[in-house]
Amino acid sequence: MNLSDLKVGESCRVGRVTADGPGRRRLLDLGLVPGTVVQAIRRSPLGDPTAYAIRGATVALRVEQAATIEVEPLEATKP
Amino acid sequence: MASPGAILEDAVRLRAGISAPMHDSIVESLYTEAASIADRCVGREGPPRGHRLGQVLDRIFTSRLLGFPAMLLLFTIVFWLTIAGANVPSAMLADLTQVKLYHLLHAGAAVIHVPTWLSGLTIDGIYLAMAWVFSVMLPPMAIFFPLFTLLEDFGYLPRVAFNLDRLFKRAGAHGKQSLTMMMGYGCNAAGVVSTRIIDSPRERLIAIITNNFSICNGRWPTLILMGTIFIGATAPPGYASLVAAGSVVTVALIGIAFTLLVSAFLSRTWLKGEASTFSLELPPYRPPQLLQTLYTSIIDRTLIVLQRAMLMAAPAGAVIWLISNISIGDATIAGHMVAMLNPIGLVIGLNGVILLAYIVAIPANEIIVPAILMLTLNIGKSALAGQGVMMEFDDDLVTYDVLTKLGGWTALTAVNLMLFSLLHNPCSTTIMTIWRETGSRKWTTIATLLPVALGFAVCFTTATVARLMGWV
Repeated sequence: MNLSDLKVGESCRVGRVTADGPGRRRLLDLGLVPGTVVQAIRRSPLGDPTAYAIRGATVALRVEQAATIEVEPLEATKP
Repeated sequence: MASPGAILEDAVRLRAGISAPMHDSIVESLYTEAASIADRCVGREGPPRGHRLGQVLDRIFTSRLLGFPAMLLLFTIVFWLTIAGANVPSAMLADLTQVKLYHLLHAGAAVIHVPTWLSGLTIDGIYLAMAWVFSVMLPPMAIFFPLFTLLEDFGYLPRVAFNLDRLFKRAGAHGKQSLTMMMGYGCNAAGVVSTRIIDSPRERLIAIITNNFSICNGRWPTLILMGTIFIGATAPPGYASLVAAGSVVTVALIGIAFTLLVSAFLSRTWLKGEASTFSLELPPYRPPQLLQTLYTSIIDRTLIVLQRAMLMAAPAGAVIWLISNISIGDATIAGHMVAMLNPIGLVIGLNGVILLAYIVAIPANEIIVPAILMLTLNIGKSALAGQGVMMEFDDDLVTYDVLTKLGGWTALTAVNLMLFSLLHNPCSTTIMTIWRETGSRKWTTIATLLPVALGFAVCFTTATVARLMGWV
């Protein structure tokens, strides 16, 4: 599954980043490296982008980018 | 033993043989290592203070139901406080500078026998334009900028970008464009410079061209004044400033609509392409530092903007006085120009005076209203002008009288002026900045003329509809 499939409130562990070029660098910059735990916090009122909790920061990603991050789901935790 | 040249050649050959995933995995392993070092060395003691409150606020500000209403409400409150709070001090300053000080200056000039042309040029031209800009701009800016800075410091603006992002994506624009757009609400020249944060040249050009649809400092006073004396005044007294604020917010929203529409148009025609990816950090909310905000927004924003406006107002005041007082044939230069521009102006629900004012005010939007007032007074063969008295009115009500009785304004004129204030050429500073940033004559010309063309089209439409419906 990809990060874009994550529902609000759910957490996951990052597997692989399939994006390339500067977009990939940007995602890695944000700390989206294999093993990082990410939680979907909230969605924009218009349905996209989604805000994620990544290493203590809140970062909003558009669905196209989130779709380039392969993740494995974790047990749901409270938002 | 191989020569250095051969070693280098070898290196180049081997380097070309390395596949892209190799680079990627090196980069990734660096980041992974950095992350693991950070995890080992940086302790986290649960969520920081105020985290829960931030969560609650975010649930409201980015809520599906309340996100957009909350946005409208916040901005309406900001403008309402600005309009309601600026009324009294503006009237006091106007009375002081345009009536008391003005007469004092004229009396002083008479005592030392200053020639009429010189006192006219300096007092009725330069001084009055500066006094007008000062009294009309200082109070609203001294309220608006601190309030806006508080919203900024509080961390609300990234939430606006978060809420609006999907619209920008649909328009084929970069996500950061909502941030450069917000910068434009302060100053379009600054907004254009801020587009440097957008890497893709295509999306950067779109952001530059559409930045003019963000209403800058110089234009807020025009909108606030028109909203107050023409639109707010139609509401019951208790609601007047709220309705006025609503009309200003409406124009700002129309500006956002134009930003999106023109971005969508450009990214489907001359600047074809897909929106590139972006990420937006939503920083935690911070309690704003009231005193510091007040200080920096007054010094950095209010005074700098006011200074610029007054510097621009001085030569503009001189130009207006000169073209209103130098006659060629049977009329003044201003008279000839207004007569020439009037037919076009009236067709689009404005008038020749307004168009001439927009030409005089190309260096700075700030002086539009004083230019319109001075020209209306000078051109209108009024009793006031006949007596050689010019801007002797001290509050908004009299401004209303001058415009409706001398200038022949209707509600349509005011509404169209508000629309034209949104949709016209950028000021000369912004045009210069666009040219410097794009290095292209073509795009500078487009960025300059496209909004004027839109302004003419929109004003023509509203004027035609209003006339067909018999509203004016």
